[in-house]
Amino acid sequence: MMQLFRSPNYNFIGRRRLAYAVSAIVLIVCLGSLAVRGLRYDIDFTGGTLVQVRFEQPPTVAAIRAGLARIQLGESIIQEFGDPHEYIIRTPLTSASSEELTKRVTAALGQESALGKFEIRRVEFVGPQVGRELQLQALYAVAFGMAGILLYVAWAFKSLKGGVAAIAAVIHDVLVCLGALSLAGREFSLPVLAALLTIIGYSVNDTIVAYDRLRENRGKFVPRGKTFAEQMNDAINQTLSRTVLTALTTFFAAGVLLFFGGKTLEDFAFVLFIGVVTGTYSTIYIAGSLIVDWTERVENRVARRKKAVAKA
Amino acid sequence: MPRHLWVRTSLVVVVLALSLWYLYPPRQNINLGLDLQGGIHLVLGVEADKYVAGQTERAAEDLKGGLERKGVAVKRVAREGLSAVVVELASPATWNDALTVAAEFGSFEVTQRDDKAGRFTLAMRERQVAQLRDDAVRQAVETIRNRVDQFGVAEPTITRQGEDRILIQLPGVQDPDRAKALIGKTALLEFRLLDEQTPVEQALAGKLPETSEILYQRRVDKETQTERKVPYVVQKRTLLTGAELTRAEVQADPNSPGNWQVAIEFTATGARIFGEITEQNVGRHLAIILDGNLYSAPRINERIPGGRAVITGQFTVEEARDLAIVLRAGALPAPVTILEERTVGPSLGADSIRQGMIAIIGSALAVLLFMMVYYRLSGLIADVALVLNLVILLACMAAFGATLTLPGIAGIALTIGMAVDTNVLIFERIREELRVGKTPRAAIEAGFHRALRTIIDTHLTVMVTAAILYNFGTGPVKGFAVSLFVGLGASLFTAYFFTRLVFDLLYMGRRKVAAVSI
Repeated sequence: MMQLFRSPNYNFIGRRRLAYAVSAIVLIVCLGSLAVRGLRYDIDFTGGTLVQVRFEQPPTVAAIRAGLARIQLGESIIQEFGDPHEYIIRTPLTSASSEELTKRVTAALGQESALGKFEIRRVEFVGPQVGRELQLQALYAVAFGMAGILLYVAWAFKSLKGGVAAIAAVIHDVLVCLGALSLAGREFSLPVLAALLTIIGYSVNDTIVAYDRLRENRGKFVPRGKTFAEQMNDAINQTLSRTVLTALTTFFAAGVLLFFGGKTLEDFAFVLFIGVVTGTYSTIYIAGSLIVDWTERVENRVARRKKAVAKA
Repeated sequence: MPRHLWVRTSLVVVVLALSLWYLYPPRQNINLGLDLQGGIHLVLGVEADKYVAGQTERAAEDLKGGLERKGVAVKRVAREGLSAVVVELASPATWNDALTVAAEFGSFEVTQRDDKAGRFTLAMRERQVAQLRDDAVRQAVETIRNRVDQFGVAEPTITRQGEDRILIQLPGVQDPDRAKALIGKTALLEFRLLDEQTPVEQALAGKLPETSEILYQRRVDKETQTERKVPYVVQKRTLLTGAELTRAEVQADPNSPGNWQVAIEFTATGARIFGEITEQNVGRHLAIILDGNLYSAPRINERIPGGRAVITGQFTVEEARDLAIVLRAGALPAPVTILEERTVGPSLGADSIRQGMIAIIGSALAVLLFMMVYYRLSGLIADVALVLNLVILLACMAAFGATLTLPGIAGIALTIGMAVDTNVLIFERIREELRVGKTPRAAIEAGFHRALRTIIDTHLTVMVTAAILYNFGTGPVKGFAVSLFVGLGASLFTAYFFTRLVFDLLYMGRRKVAAVSI
């Protein structure tokens, strides 16, 4: 039988202080990038118009810009999309309606003889009101998603500590994904939001598998002579082959989407790709470690109090 | 075979048969989203306020008429704000008569009164305002549905969204601009008299009576393609609207070859009113106005009985056809604005489906192969479960009439991931039990039993997130949430229930099991 690990016994939890330092550095970089470089929002959230055009001959950005300058849209964002024939033009919100804008863009590009034949493949228009609403909805979706997870974990494991630690792991993952988006200069769009929520699900799924094993072990026998940290470490080791197998297959699938899934799925897949890694890491070094430190702290306090009582 | 195995086997067979029945033939039963097959997605906002204002305006007119019939002289009756009417009486002496007339307007109540000045304000009741708003949106949905039906779009979606929004999805429409113009046009057809007392020059200088306004007629020079706007002074009072219309048809314009016109026919009431108007105004000009644009203002030569009229205006055959459609379908009760639009050309839809599909199928195949190599026979069972999962998932989408979008496909990919995870959990557990030295049968029993709680926990949390996503998301996110939610439900059934059944069938019936292929 093929096996990744025979009976793994790595000291994960013991190295958590080092991991905290790593997490802190990563988070600082991510937050720093979010603060300095910021996050670019797609028109889904800012409002605006996006026109995707396919040209018969690969055009130059300058020619497209020259064409658009005729209608005072020379400041638009022009990006190659997937291959040299395909371009995306984003214009900020204007007073013109979307149909008018499309017509004007078509006419303006048509007048630029250097561009040759082209086809308008996609038009998206999001009004300012809808954009603001989507922003709010995104925030709500993430916030309520986390609240739902917190409640479920707290209830299923009868442990508020577990719920909070699981959510801390989720927040860590969301921040890392957003930071990666910011660093890579990718846009925050609706599909990216979907991916982010998927990662929230994935991360908590991973955490639950570890918690579940811990709960099962503690229920089965009273662990003699084992500290809570050791118990957590055992649970992680016992579920290690499953964790690695699942992470690898998901990572692989996200990678295929990222590199071969086409431009439309690219940002979505990018978040999954990063998220799988951080989701797996955060199970051990955020959710698992935090609950250990928290529990040990409480136990120490109880022990000290007992000692004090004994002395008196 | 023991009885419980029979029951479980039949359940799986029934589910599979039902799924196949719903799914077959898949091309017709799976709705592809607009991003996959091309088309238009529109969110329109109905300016319901304008409808309320319009209705208040009409009530003010009626009130004025009622007061005059009662012999109450008025200085002014006018709409104020959105839904209030201010009445100023010529003399406070007629106060009581005026209030009697006002009392007949049940949807209004007197909010401010100044007996001495002979002035009072009627405000529309809150409930009535809400009702009118609701009516406006509902009527708009109906009208747009009529128009789209006549335009001829296969399987359009036209639904109300929230309070004052309309979601419209038109798959496979080739000419989005035309479709948008057709949907978004208010199509308020009005017949009004020209104000022939006020010369146009004087009106343009800003000197025109309160009862008149300037409207423009667009004239296009066919040779130079330049557009000219010709001003007309038109009375504000509307004599007849398109609401009284029964037919609208396209005809060739006999007076200007190459152009088309729309012939209209009124209802009995409309025909009577039209007859009266033409009778009383022989020699004057009757303006035909659509959405504030004047199309023509022919001279009334004689009374026109029978209620037929013609709208001319240099139309191409397509323009005339679309105008006839909107006139037949009726006017929108209030103007609409486009809040959100997503148009995907059919060729882009085909490209994105091809590329996305290839990537997803490719990665799915790789995962299937990996499972078989790593877990051997058990891996094969998991693979069969995975295929079954897909069949059930797609069948559910077909049965609910859900739409498969690109994010939806991504949701399916994620489902596959979680279904694989479920089987990995179980198999790793069984291996663990085997290592401890349990017999194969006991190991299988314990593996499934111990993994169950974890599987339920993981599925439920992600399903909770999917449900929240569905509630807070729109369009693409919703599509993702639907396939994820349904897929996870199916995954519980296939990755746990089904694989367990196959293991039981394989290993539990036999007296002795030497080894498990895992």
